[in-house]
Amino acid sequence: MTVANNNLALSDDILMKIEKPARYIGNEVNAVIKDKEKIAVRFAMCFPDVYEIGMSHLGIQILYAMLNSMEDVWCERVYSPWLDLDAIMRKEQIPLFALESQDPIKDFDFLGVTIQYEMCYTNILQVLDLAQIPLLAADRGEDCPIVIGGGPCAYNPEPIAAFFDMFYIGEGETQYQNLIELYKRCKTEGQSREEFLRRAAKLPGIYVPGFYEVRYHEDGTIQAFTPTEEGIPATILKEIEMDVTDTYYPMKPVVPYIKVTQDRVVLEIQRGCIRGCRFCQAGQLYRPVRERDVDTLKNWAMEMLKNTGHEEISLSSLSSSDYSKLPELIDFLIEECNQKHINISLPSLRIDAFSLDVMSKVQDVKKSSLTFAPEAGSQRLRNVINKGLTEEVILQGAALAFEGGWTRVKLYFMLGLPTETEDDIRGIAELSNKIAAVFFDVVPKEKRTNGRVQIVSSTSFFVPKPFTPFQWAPQCTKEEFLEKAYQTKMAISGQLNQKSIKYNYHEADASVLEGVLARGDRRLSEVILKVYQKGCFYDAWSEYFKNEVWLETMAECGLDLDFYTTRERSLDEIFPWDFIDCGVTKEFLKREWQKACKEEISENCKAKCQGCGAARFGGGICFVPRTGEV
Amino acid sequence: MKVRIKFQKHGAIRFIGHLDVMRFFQKTIRRAGLDVAYSGGYSPHQIMSFASPLGVGLESNGEYMDIEVNSLTSCADTMERLNQASVPGIQVVSVKVLPEGAGNAMASVAAAAYTVRFREGREPDVFGNKAEHEIARLLEDFLAQEEIVITKEGKNGPREVDIKPGIYELKWTEHTLSMLVDASSAGNIKPIQVIDAILSLHGEKLAENALLITREETYMLSNDGNTLVSLDDIGIDDEKM
Repeated sequence: MTVANNNLALSDDILMKIEKPARYIGNEVNAVIKDKEKIAVRFAMCFPDVYEIGMSHLGIQILYAMLNSMEDVWCERVYSPWLDLDAIMRKEQIPLFALESQDPIKDFDFLGVTIQYEMCYTNILQVLDLAQIPLLAADRGEDCPIVIGGGPCAYNPEPIAAFFDMFYIGEGETQYQNLIELYKRCKTEGQSREEFLRRAAKLPGIYVPGFYEVRYHEDGTIQAFTPTEEGIPATILKEIEMDVTDTYYPMKPVVPYIKVTQDRVVLEIQRGCIRGCRFCQAGQLYRPVRERDVDTLKNWAMEMLKNTGHEEISLSSLSSSDYSKLPELIDFLIEECNQKHINISLPSLRIDAFSLDVMSKVQDVKKSSLTFAPEAGSQRLRNVINKGLTEEVILQGAALAFEGGWTRVKLYFMLGLPTETEDDIRGIAELSNKIAAVFFDVVPKEKRTNGRVQIVSSTSFFVPKPFTPFQWAPQCTKEEFLEKAYQTKMAISGQLNQKSIKYNYHEADASVLEGVLARGDRRLSEVILKVYQKGCFYDAWSEYFKNEVWLETMAECGLDLDFYTTRERSLDEIFPWDFIDCGVTKEFLKREWQKACKEEISENCKAKCQGCGAARFGGGICFVPRTGEV
Repeated sequence: MKVRIKFQKHGAIRFIGHLDVMRFFQKTIRRAGLDVAYSGGYSPHQIMSFASPLGVGLESNGEYMDIEVNSLTSCADTMERLNQASVPGIQVVSVKVLPEGAGNAMASVAAAAYTVRFREGREPDVFGNKAEHEIARLLEDFLAQEEIVITKEGKNGPREVDIKPGIYELKWTEHTLSMLVDASSAGNIKPIQVIDAILSLHGEKLAENALLITREETYMLSNDGNTLVSLDDIGIDDEKM
């Protein structure tokens, strides 16, 4: 048992005044406490959102375990203070602190920020600001921590380039040791901050924005993106852990006191996805698919359950049904967990006889709902987006499910996909209706326990992302989005079974802005800085998102929303993120974009190699004999 | 078999609320590998009951919870395992097996003892710069009133309650106010209510967040109903097993 840290950064008066003080006091089970005197490098790992969200993130738990496994490194956690504490810290000039030591972040060697979604960008500035670290990398002195960004948004770091000293592109397992060794060496040699950054920029996967310059064409597109010094690489290849079994994984994840979003053991069974859906960024970024050894996973599951005391375990991957040893793993977990009263949560399963059988064993059929993600309403549009899910498969799955006692179905669609027509939108309503009809066909009246079937159809607005075949696609305007949502709503209300269908859609403003930031360039740093200075943060929380401030600031900075969103990009345009090589080639993405426009599908990695380029990493699915299975 | 667990709560952990302490123990019991009993149904939960919720910010030397177990190695081993699995601020100090038919922890609670200190600079005049005997006198006068009526905020709005019958002991020593008060579900008195009542008698108001409160012990009535005994007075430990 470790010692308690009762030396809190916040006074009792503050802690008694704010909501959920447990967010800020550390001292959780499995939190790592080290002796400061024996530490060479202090690392603060940040998720720029509230504690309950940040604590649910697997990536930080992996990096936390990895960094703390290094004897002379102490990695601690820090999250965005909620608005109540934020106001107090500003007023009383309390510097943002790390949870474990409660020491100010500004005294650390590194501040690592995981960047999971675009709408958290202003929260990064909140964290820097509260930490009393200059917001712009260029303004930081020798004593400031090195601010390093990572995570999926680091694949287009340009809109936030000005705020970071460096970005780590790719999976964290591979280069941190080298980066920290380099840092220590530079410190011993008495090198300047700039010299450390220069040397770091030559490490694989490390991007130091300060050593690159961008020149623009008159129309605002990029003319050239070049290193400013000799020896700085022109392209940066993502880092990837090819042996996902023999690597770091947190056997003792930190267990929060308060209920967080992901209040369970998370078992990541594989990385990557074979499916190649054309809208999906993760499906391209994390190629190739690498499976974890099933026996190792079994051991990890039991070890983590023992060390945390969690009452639930969840499998994590982009498409769990594609994991080759899934039946073996699930059988094992059901056997072990039933005895121990541990729930099993199985997200991202394809609905078929196998998964329904499994789900009926691990959850209460009457209370749970089934989820399908057709993403588009018509087969035509599903071909465009390469979502290999047919109406027949969906209806068969639904029939099986209704026979098995399920009465609630959730359907996820996107509006605003490339080439979408009114017919495709009507398809959303028709598919929802057909599923309801299947219920009435399959389940005789006397067996309809809950009376009726409940279909919840939700649409989100499509935002084109870098490193997807749709990176060239124009995004819809806000008005187009809302018109499409209205059409969907009307089409659903015209269906025979409309009483069984509930339709949900979101506000469109945030999706437009997400689109600006996702495919944005360096010039947006100024906008982000200004909106933050005008008081915007927690933009990911719809109640705090101030769209008009963003629009007004874009205009003040002389930037045009449509340039980033609705503009159709030409095939030879240089994108702000082109200097990053994510393994998948631009040629492959172009091919996929052209196939999409011709409504042609591409088979998944297991069935047939599409030559995306990820085979260069020398492992994973690329080197598994093809089964021909689709 | 029912087991009564007594624990302390100190330091930073005092900012963890009651419901989160329950969640903490559910996970701690799993980590400790106790053979705890579960309720039936699709979402089984550990059979567990707490004596009395402790407010956020309070420390305690006398918290209790009952759990149901299928089997037990020994009380000492159970305590050892719980403490191994716990965090520094929460320490289990006794584990006892309850006799058949013993009432559950929550229903048994009759009274609680608290010690209260004032934060530096926030002592009200009533307690500040006075000799101990002066304050003792003042407390005597307070208790000598015919009734001590306070306003309690209830579900149906505020209501007036006489707390005098519920104040069993009240004394001042070494800058600490000790009190033994009713803690039953019907008549629970909070330390701050007593202090507010004392101050209002002297026309004084308590500063915000002025108190440092520790619950020292939780009591129930003895079998004959005449005396207060601590909640683990009825348990059986290893030596008697």
